[in-house]
Amino acid sequence: MSRFGAWWAWAIFIIAALYMLVPLVATFQFSLQQNPTGEAYRYIFNDVKFFAGLGYSFLVAVITIVISLLIIVPTAYWVRLKLPRLRPFIEFMTLLPFVVPPIILVFGLIRSYGRPPLAITSLPHGSDVVLIGAYVVLSFPYMYRAVDAGLASLDVRSLTEAAQSMGSGWPRILLRVIFPNLRVAILSGAFLTLAIVVGEFTIASYLAPWSFAPYLSQLGVFKAWSAAAVSIISFMLTWAAMGILILASRGSAGRVQIAGAR
Amino acid sequence: MSFLTLTNIQKSFGTMVAVEDFNLSATKGEFVSFLGPSGCGKTTTLRMIAGFETPTSGTIVLDGGDITYRPPNKRNIGMVFQSYALFPNMTVAQNVGFGLRVRKRPADQIQKRVTELLELIHLPDKANQFPYQLSGGQQQRVALARALAFEPEVLLLDEPLSALDAKIRVSLRQEIRAIQRQLGITTVYVTHDQEEALSLSDRVVVMSRGRVEQIGTPFEIYNFPATRFVASFVGQLNALPATVVDAGSGRLTVGGQEIRVSARIDAPAGSAMSLALRPEMVSLGEGPEGSNRLAGTVADVDFLGAIVRMRIRLADAVIVALDVFNEPTLKLPAVGSSITISFPADGPLVMAPGSEAGSGTSAAA
Repeated sequence: MSRFGAWWAWAIFIIAALYMLVPLVATFQFSLQQNPTGEAYRYIFNDVKFFAGLGYSFLVAVITIVISLLIIVPTAYWVRLKLPRLRPFIEFMTLLPFVVPPIILVFGLIRSYGRPPLAITSLPHGSDVVLIGAYVVLSFPYMYRAVDAGLASLDVRSLTEAAQSMGSGWPRILLRVIFPNLRVAILSGAFLTLAIVVGEFTIASYLAPWSFAPYLSQLGVFKAWSAAAVSIISFMLTWAAMGILILASRGSAGRVQIAGAR
Repeated sequence: MSFLTLTNIQKSFGTMVAVEDFNLSATKGEFVSFLGPSGCGKTTTLRMIAGFETPTSGTIVLDGGDITYRPPNKRNIGMVFQSYALFPNMTVAQNVGFGLRVRKRPADQIQKRVTELLELIHLPDKANQFPYQLSGGQQQRVALARALAFEPEVLLLDEPLSALDAKIRVSLRQEIRAIQRQLGITTVYVTHDQEEALSLSDRVVVMSRGRVEQIGTPFEIYNFPATRFVASFVGQLNALPATVVDAGSGRLTVGGQEIRVSARIDAPAGSAMSLALRPEMVSLGEGPEGSNRLAGTVADVDFLGAIVRMRIRLADAVIVALDVFNEPTLKLPAVGSSITISFPADGPLVMAPGSEAGSGTSAAA
């Protein structure tokens, strides 16, 4: 690369880094504005609602991830293996959450499941069930694409047939061969889903106003410094999740070699 | 006695017939190769034996039991894939032991068998490595060990060497044959490489357009091809246009010069025929008494290492290719010089002219 090219590359990198970091630094500075000793953070860590909201959102996210994986992995695997013609249709279906705005989705859900004959929201934990269902649908585009990209890097057909020829049935093929080789793809999809569920506001504010995103919004109204502190904390959590992803994927790069002389 | 029998197998994909009227009877411990160009149905037939495809009609019988509709995981047939298909998340030892774990064998038995097989494939020190840490040849040996570990009744190999470089291919094919002989396992091998099929097999099934062209030993396939396709596909072949002079005495003309063949000619005088002549049957010079002799000019000389291939132009633009073994004292004729070539009367096969008729050498695909 020429010196001019290198200069431009550095310039773009610095501008992009500033674009990301300046709001973060500003938020952090704002969180300390009222009290430089970290009063905003102390308030958050002493607030039961913070842990309750965050804990609830994490639990919902984990359940969403598990259900989404149980639906998406076998579906994407089967489509690649047996029904490749259905792929465009499945891709379109998984994109539907981008087409339907969350506010429409939540009103539709409340109208469908808030009154007979399917009055699920009036049952104990009924709202949680509907919320998780909505999040599973919202997670489809992210989870499907992550898993499908993972499957594309594998010779799914040969691996499946190799396992079959050795006597394996479908459950063992999925659990012992396909899932372990999709570890990084599944983690990517899972963390994207986690980030979306924990940060989702529209649906949560109607079905679970005690969850993390509505809590953050309410906090911003009467304790803006603490809301900034929560934003910083959620950034830290996201980065921790990314760190786990990088650690989990370490050593697996280049592991999938399908064919070819070396 | 037949161990693996395929009877009247047909496979269609929609309106496309991939395999038609396929019949084969393999004995226990036999090494059979399916040889043919791409799209001839050899892999489809192999996949039907493995259970990955179901025949449209016909039956597959293994050791007396009908397995035509049995799922692949209930057939006890080992398979080696072109792409190796080793499980990337498992070590070499875990890959080799996979089939035994599926069969719920005790851990010590699995350990013993894996060690045994890794020694058989000369990779005892690679047990704890992952597939991505091995070369292509090593990966394919592990795939072979994995397919053999659970003692299958039949071993299927689908172009296992085609992703490897030439030297490794030769050494690995010798290794595959040695292991197959040692274990006495019935083996079906798919390849488009005639050299591989001829060097490895007890019998070769030559296929074209979904049909069996010929089944025979490598010697029979090479020396007595049953059809024009087999003659042109297996080995190098001169397909020379010839005209019958006198069928009874075996006299024909090639490039305006008369020759005599001992093969039977079923055509009247004046009929156009095709003379199938291997390049190695043709010699430089006049040859011994009774040889057929043709005069021509040297059109081309190709130095191929162990052999030198020459092309001799006769009248009517007929080209005859011939091979000469390379040796330090060999004096190569100059291109354009006049030359006499010869071949014995029992050298060529006489065939009815077909689509490949014409002068020159038909090379195997």
